[in-house]
Amino acid sequence: MSIEPRSPPPQFAFRLKRALGGRAGWGGFALQILFVAVLVWIGYEIVENAKANLQAQRITSGFGFLNNTAGFDVSQNLIPYTGSDTYARVFFVGLLNTLLVSIIGIFFATVIGFLVALGRLSPNWLLSRISGGYVELIRNLPLLFQLLFWYLAVLAALPNPRQGISLLGAVFLSNRGLVIPRPNGEPGFEPFVVALLIAIVAAVVLWRYSRRQLFQSGKVIKVWPYALGFLIGLPLLSTLIFGKPLTFEIPELKGFNFSGGSRVIPEFVALTIALSTYTAAFIAEIVRAGILSVHRGQMEAGSSLGLQRGSVLRLIVIPQAMRVILPPLTNQYLNLTKNSSLAVAIGYPDLVSVFAGTTLSQTGQAIEIIGITMGVYLLISLVTSAIMSFYGWRIGRSMGG
Amino acid sequence: MKRASLVFTLVLAAGLSSEAASAQTLKTVQDRGLLSCGVSQGLPGFSSPDDKGNWTGLDVDVCRAIAAAIFNDPTKVKFVPLSAKDRFTALQSGEIDVLSRNTTWTLSRDTSLGANFTGVTYYDGQGFLVKKSLKVNSALELNSASVCVQTGTTTEQNLADYFKSNNMKYEVIAFGTADETVKAYESGRCDVFTSDVSQLYAERLKLANPADHVVLPEVISKEPLGPMVRHGDDQWFDLVKWTLFAMLDAEELGITQKNVDDMAKSDKPELKRVFGTDGNLGETLGVTKDWVSRIIKAVGNYGEAFDRNVGAGSKLQIARGLNQLWNKGGIQYAPPIR
Repeated sequence: MSIEPRSPPPQFAFRLKRALGGRAGWGGFALQILFVAVLVWIGYEIVENAKANLQAQRITSGFGFLNNTAGFDVSQNLIPYTGSDTYARVFFVGLLNTLLVSIIGIFFATVIGFLVALGRLSPNWLLSRISGGYVELIRNLPLLFQLLFWYLAVLAALPNPRQGISLLGAVFLSNRGLVIPRPNGEPGFEPFVVALLIAIVAAVVLWRYSRRQLFQSGKVIKVWPYALGFLIGLPLLSTLIFGKPLTFEIPELKGFNFSGGSRVIPEFVALTIALSTYTAAFIAEIVRAGILSVHRGQMEAGSSLGLQRGSVLRLIVIPQAMRVILPPLTNQYLNLTKNSSLAVAIGYPDLVSVFAGTTLSQTGQAIEIIGITMGVYLLISLVTSAIMSFYGWRIGRSMGG
Repeated sequence: MKRASLVFTLVLAAGLSSEAASAQTLKTVQDRGLLSCGVSQGLPGFSSPDDKGNWTGLDVDVCRAIAAAIFNDPTKVKFVPLSAKDRFTALQSGEIDVLSRNTTWTLSRDTSLGANFTGVTYYDGQGFLVKKSLKVNSALELNSASVCVQTGTTTEQNLADYFKSNNMKYEVIAFGTADETVKAYESGRCDVFTSDVSQLYAERLKLANPADHVVLPEVISKEPLGPMVRHGDDQWFDLVKWTLFAMLDAEELGITQKNVDDMAKSDKPELKRVFGTDGNLGETLGVTKDWVSRIIKAVGNYGEAFDRNVGAGSKLQIARGLNQLWNKGGIQYAPPIR
């Protein structure tokens, strides 16, 4: 086999010229500079003109409003917030609520999506038909409609707090959401966490040791009883020595609502269910396509090695399918995040609802607020894309591709 | 989507127009042949469409009165339904010529939105609607309640103030439109629906069993509702302002839809000025001398419009209260036409 001699790599200056100016060389580069300059100038003129016009119409502009007192309350805040905080804080409250519902939605959408895809490819007739039916039903109904269905038809049908469904007298489910006991840290809390961390590290070390043994000598070592022993034993020991790590504040019915305990509001539940089931239907199809794109021979090769169907999927098919799955999967994650802005229809206080909604109409600063909100969604999307690209790059590297 | 397009229009209008505020609203309206009027998405008594798409209500009558003054035809109005949070952007962007949508007059709205209030069509206040079965008699018994509210309103801030100053806890759930808010209240998600009292009466009519719900006696805020126009066009501001004043003065002078033609023939100097048989007051506003009779023929005087839409002649049955004329125990008072 003869090897063609490679052409020498182009000189740096030549490559730079090509990169900047394309085929036209340096002349093309000058044109591009001019084009960018004109764009920047137009942008600058628009901003300046807008400023002048807003001032002439006496519409307040600028970002000073962020330091003003908001004066309204929000039903779910992950950081401490009251009505006497600023609009800037409202922004972060809304942003965190958007991120929370997006991240949890993405997690469940991925899990349900993979399960449905595997179900649809399953040789079990009933399972594959149910999975197929799920996909067709969910992806062909508008998301807003599904959201209202979960919120107004399912969750609102729960009983009122006085007749709420109670579990062991500590967990309550009603149309005001799910109320659970709230853990409060006690003196024994820190040793407990340390003990738990040590146990986790020990379990991981054990697992890696068993893997190495498996690959090196083919020996199968049962480590899970030891790992479990660590995970239960160490924290238990810490509790015995240092005392209880947590006490629980039991919610009780006071007046109209439960007081004490932590509460998951029904708006959050409805939005999470609707977003994750809806996106899962699309993810299922993407995963199915990805799995089918892996050559049949890979599956047969795996089976001929004596691997179970599950192991073949997990170890051979899915890693290869991931390269096909990943780009459209990223799209679905981005869609889910953006779709979370439907929250305003059911009163979930996401970024669009509290910031681009309430804050906007209270301050009237539409251009600034919509600008900030668009920038934030762009940033979230770019970060999501970057994470997924990094993951894709790692998969590609680990497969030598 | 509506919101995005409105903001886009605003950015275009602000960013690309070379002229500052368009000081030509009246001329624009006359050239277009239609008045573009921002109203609610359906609030019985104030602005709501019937099954044929005809809009009625007190806020709607203000729009019709302006159209009558300009075109002598109260039907030449294009009604643009707006949610609470979209309304100001629609006015700023020029999509509507006047906003007549139960909007509370406050200082910050007057100074920072680039818009001006032209008067008060309805003196309102914020109240609470609860189910009778809760056996609540006062808003002070609402500690720990869940409260449904429409977002983008002064209501949200009043609510926070009221519960804070009375040391009560509450949970607020804010929805985008009035319909969504009422639906959530009806489904039991909230114990209380709060809004302007007039709106509570109006929305109560939409509930399955209006008699099962009661408006609590406390009124926790001042909510003077009135029309708004863009800042910087004084001629247009004057016309919208004086249209409402004309309706109020007409009631005070006893001019009604029925007797307007007879009254126009009167020799009284006051009435001659009002009807334009003496002087040219209408022309100074940019419309014709007979502007007042055009308005009254179209929608009647303020009292007639009130009774027909929200008062004794309507389903809402709201008493005149504060909205009675100043010389009959209320606070509605218009400067004289002279």
